[in-house]
This record gives sequence, C-alpha cells and structure tokens, in this order.
Amino acid sequence: MKSTSRRDFLKLMGLTGAACLATAAPLCASTEGGGESETAIAMLYDATMCVGCKACMAACKRVNMDQNNLSYEHLATDGDKLWDAPKDLSGDTRTIIKLYKESDTRFSYVKHSCMHCTKPACVSACPVKAMTKDPVTGVVAYNKNACIGCRYCQVACAYNIPRFQWAKAIPQIVKCDFCKETNLKAKGKPACGETCPVGAISFGKRKDLLAEAHKRIADQPGRYVNKVYGEKEVGGANHLYLAAFPFEKLGLPALKEESPAALSEHIQHTIYKGFIAPVALYGVLCAVAMKNKKEQEQLGHGEDN
Amino acid sequence: MGHHDEYQVQHGKILTKPFFILLALVVIGFGLIAYRFIAGVGAVTGLSDGYPWGIWIAYDVATGTAFACGGYALALMIYIMNRWKYHPLIRSALLTSVFGYCLAGFSVMVDLGRYWNAYSFFLPSRWQPNSIMFEVALCVMTYSTVLIIEFLPAVLYTLEHSKWQWVRESAQWLHPRLLPDTDSLHSGLSVVSKAAGHVQVRLDKVLIFFIVLGITLPSMHQSSLGSMMIIAGDKLHPLWQTGFLPLLFLINCIFIGYATVMFESIISSYSFKRAYETHEISGLAKVVPMVAGLWMAVRFGDLIWRGQIPAIFAFDRNSFFFLLEMALIGGGAFMLLWKKNRLSPRMLFVSGAILMLGGGLFRFNVYLIGFNPGAGWSYFPSFAEFMITVGIIALEILGYLVLVKIFPVMPNPKKHFEEEVEEEAGELVADPVHARVFVGK
Repeated sequence: MKSTSRRDFLKLMGLTGAACLATAAPLCASTEGGGESETAIAMLYDATMCVGCKACMAACKRVNMDQNNLSYEHLATDGDKLWDAPKDLSGDTRTIIKLYKESDTRFSYVKHSCMHCTKPACVSACPVKAMTKDPVTGVVAYNKNACIGCRYCQVACAYNIPRFQWAKAIPQIVKCDFCKETNLKAKGKPACGETCPVGAISFGKRKDLLAEAHKRIADQPGRYVNKVYGEKEVGGANHLYLAAFPFEKLGLPALKEESPAALSEHIQHTIYKGFIAPVALYGVLCAVAMKNKKEQEQLGHGEDN
Repeated sequence: MGHHDEYQVQHGKILTKPFFILLALVVIGFGLIAYRFIAGVGAVTGLSDGYPWGIWIAYDVATGTAFACGGYALALMIYIMNRWKYHPLIRSALLTSVFGYCLAGFSVMVDLGRYWNAYSFFLPSRWQPNSIMFEVALCVMTYSTVLIIEFLPAVLYTLEHSKWQWVRESAQWLHPRLLPDTDSLHSGLSVVSKAAGHVQVRLDKVLIFFIVLGITLPSMHQSSLGSMMIIAGDKLHPLWQTGFLPLLFLINCIFIGYATVMFESIISSYSFKRAYETHEISGLAKVVPMVAGLWMAVRFGDLIWRGQIPAIFAFDRNSFFFLLEMALIGGGAFMLLWKKNRLSPRMLFVSGAILMLGGGLFRFNVYLIGFNPGAGWSYFPSFAEFMITVGIIALEILGYLVLVKIFPVMPNPKKHFEEEVEEEAGELVADPVHARVFVGK
C-alpha cells in the first residue's frame, strides 16, 4: 500500500479520536438513577418468623393463575396430582419458599420473588416497555401484550427473577408484580402477605418497613444478621429481607450498591444525547465521502457502489 | 454508470453438488425451526432461565453480524480513507453482509418468544430508548435495508440487461393456451428492463448517502452490541465486563470485517477457480495488525486500569478462554506483519480464518462463556439448536453461491486491471492513483 498522505492521517486521527471520546467519556462520570419515591410500597420478609408452610405460594398461584397462564407443577410420584411442587421459580411459579439447612436445628426458610428494584435492570433492558416501574407505587410490572419475548430482562436481572415459559408455543415472562392487577387491586395487599399465618410478610410503605426492619434488628440483635437485604443492593429494592443467616447462604446474591442498569443507561445517554453524535458523525462522513468521490470522479474513474 | 463491468457474473451451473449439500442442511434447519414454532423455544434448545441466550444470540447475532462487517469495513476504507483500489471487492463483501445481517434478523425472529409482538418496534409509543436492545434492533433493521439498497445496482443492472432467456424459454415450454399472448409478455419484460434502467440512474445520484448511512449505522449498533452486556453486571466475568465494551466491539468488528474479506476472497477465488485478488487483500492485510493492535491496547489498558491482570493468570475456565482469544487475535495479526505472508494467499487465508475465530471468540466470551448467572445453572446447545444455526449458515453460503452466478458481484479481473491500464496508459505518469494500481500490480 502506498504511504498515507498527511491529510489522510489527520482524518484518521480525527475520526478515531471522536470515536474514542464518544465511547470513553461517560466512564469518568458518576452513575445515574435517584432514590425510591416517598410513596413506594414494599414487602418485608422476615425469614426468622417464616414457618415454611408455603401458604403464600399456594395463594400466589391461585390468584395469578389466569393472568399469567400458570400451571401446577406435579411430581412424578404424585399420581393424583394433589400437590403443587415447584422446585424453583419458573414460568409457572412467581414466588417460592426454599430451605437453607445447616443442621437439623439450625435452618432457615427463604422466600424468593421479584425484588422490585429502585433502578430495575429489567425495565432498563426491555426494548418495548413491557417491563415498567410505577412511578408512585414503585411496583415493577410486566405487560405481556407488549412483550416480544427477547429475554433481555432475564439477562439483565441480577437476581434471576424473570422466568420464561420455555415449553409453551405462546410463552410469556412470569414474575411477581405485588399482585398489581389481582389481589392488590381487590384487597390492597398481595396474596402472599394476606395469607401468611405468622406475619412473616409485612406490606406497606417502603420507608416505614425499612424503619421497622432496623428497629427489629436493634431490638433483637442476636436474632438477626445486622443487615437489611434489599436496602442498598444494586441501588436498593422494595422487597426487604431480614434473616438469621448471611443472605448469600440463603441464595440471595451478594451485590454491589451501584446499579449496572444506571451505568448502562449513562453510557447510552452520553453517546446518544439528543441524537447529536450520530447525526454529526453522519454529516462528517458524508462530507468526507462526497469529497473523496468527487476527487475520484475527476480522475476519470468515478462511480459509486 | 459506465463502470458496471468492474464486476462480472460468475459463470457456471447453479445446481452443483455443494448446492444440494447446503440445501439439505437448510431443509433440516428449517424443519427444526418449524418444530420450534409448534413446541416452543424450550423444545429445541438447551436454554434455561439462567442462560436465556444461547448460540442463536451469541453466534447468529453477536458474532454473525461481525462476520458481516466486511461491507462496513471496506466502505470505511474506500469512501472515508479514499482507497478506491479496493472498490472491486465491495460487491462480494456487501453480498456477504446482506446475508449476515438479514439472517441475523431472521435468527432473532426464531429466538423471540413472542415474535408476533415484534411490530412493537414500529410503534413509537412502545419505544424504550434506555434499552440498548432497542437501539440495536432499530439500527440493525435499518442497516439491513440500507445493505439491500447498496446491493440494488447489481440487481438493477441485471434486470436492465437481461435477455430474459429463461422466461422466454419457460413461456415456450408452457402450453399455448396457458400463455397465449407472447407479445404482451415481451413488451412487459421490456418495460421491466426500462424501469430498472430508469431507477438505476436515479439511485446512482443518491447512493452515496446510503453508503455513508451504511458506515454510520454499524458504528452505532456494533458498539451497542458491546454495551448490551454491561447491564448484566457481575453475571459477566470481570475479564470481559467493562464500560469499554462498546469501544472494544466497534474496533473488533473492523478487523473482523477485513479478515472476513480476506477469507472470503481467497475461498471464492479458490472454489470458483479465479485468479487470487492478492494485490487488494494484501493491502487490507496491512491494516489489520494496526486495528487489532489498537484493540489489544484498549483491552489491556482497561484490564490494567481495573486491576484484573491477576484474573488472566488464574488458569481457570475464564482465563483459558481469555488467553485463547488473545492468542488467536494476536497470532493472526502478528502473521500479517511480514510482507511475505501478506503476499501469500495461503497465509492470508490462514490468518483471516484465525482472526475471525479469535474475534468471534471474544464476542462468544462476552455473550456466553464469560456469562455466569450463578450456581446451579449450565448451558450447552442442544443438537436441534445447533442444527438450526447450521441451517442458517448454510442458507447464507447457498444464497451467496447462487446470487454470484446471477448478478455481477465478483470483481472483473480483465476489465479492472489490464484494460484500464492499457486504455489509460497515457495518463499514468500524471496520475498518482492509477500509478499506484499499476505499480502495485
């Protein structure tokens, strides 16, 4: 190849520099995303009170069955199909009680369901607004009528909460929405919280429940690990946990306080702010290409494509 | 547009043995795709709620579109860097890009659980501009259209100059009662030819704006393909999870683009028994080490900055794949530092293949191998899932093989060098561009 002229070299440097700036600039800036609204509602699950009766699971499935097209999951040994026995959250199960067992006397139940994050990655990821966060209640809900089934929400969620109906030809994403369209609408409370016989699931304003959680720890420091799970994880959540064991042992992942969704959005916003950068890039490239083409045509060589 | 003879139709039978082998793979793949639509995504894949994306996304979309960046990387070289000697290569690169992108879009439609809602992308009320996928989806759809427009001149040229031999023959073969009016058929065909010529003249005038759009759009969505995994946070191993993913994906697709052009040029010259385009592709090969070197510099700079160097030498699964990725990209680029290698079709082919593997592995690592949703989850593609991807790749090659025999796509070696040089020999002294072509030859 012939040696590069100085003009070409400068052009290359300019373009490369612009590309680097456009991509790298946001890395220096802080993350986006504010705190949860004052009116946000939340759930506090106290694992030390839970007796593992799974009434919450049964109520959840009964109430939300039609909305999410859920099925009962039977064991092969359960010939009469008497028991719903899900192994994990799934396309048929929005909440589940699991057991963490250290010994016969030292164990804890733990309830898994959507964390209703302050800065939900699923909402940030969804390309078609099928996942939304209510600005007043903070509830993260799913709309199957918009969903395209791309499962980016599953990739994005740090807790692996959204589940997909893999075996169905007409599938949907399944996850807890605090019974937004069912029990919450009808009775002002999610089905699990309404059903719990021992009061392990409290439901109310996030700020009140957070204060309550810290009060319980202060009152009985020996009973709990000194942390409210969900207070700060990836920017905070509206599902709060108290437990006697480190949360990681209960299957709740140890997460940073920064939200990857906020970082992702910040990078995207910086590059595409007002769509100026792409338009400018197009303009500059057009000018360069037209000029090159003209030169080429003058050399009697010209054509495009 | 006097220089359409810059390209030529590849002569030869369309129904060859490779054609039927590829067709068989396509039929198997599409049979399985039909089954997927009846039985659900889970019935044909090894996917799970922990690994919601498998090879259909990691290969067909994330890697396949990078392999389809030949058109983008060449256009960047020709129109922006003003290197017109690569112009003869652009149509075959564009054709590969058309197939790569359109079939990536098709794979997504197979992968989407609720594909019938995909029209949501056309409803501004449902747009969610914070979503990286939203940007990628719109950009890829637009770019696929732009690629088809960029390829249109080859189609229009054929329509304009076709003698319609096969239409006339099949009309004759039909019973006269089925097709009595041959006159109106012929006048209809001449209208089509005229219309094609008419459109072509107008398209030529605006084509440059589409070409530049075809440079802008991949710059946008190739970087966004990298941004896509930032939101996965800690689920993606720190060897790959970085805010520099968009820049790394952008640079990565450029050297993969050149590697693909090298690879494809040699393989098609070999299989069509054409002269190797060594002169052009060795020029591209010279650029590859610079681009790959820049990529490596960003990659290592970022790892040092984030203090992740120890992770490279952990010698676990992630460090193994990281080292493999680096060895392939570094090795493939390193080979091209020597002029001797750049002039050898064999070495150009080997290095192109290694760079495609390495560059593709980086994307695989980001989307699949470095992705860990937590304990208890695992993924390996099922046989059916794999065969669907094979079927789609087979369709890509099949389409290429057929279309180069219908449309003028391959560079015309006679027209492009010998005649031009002869015709314009008088200008050569005063004409540095042509002198370059001439001397280089």
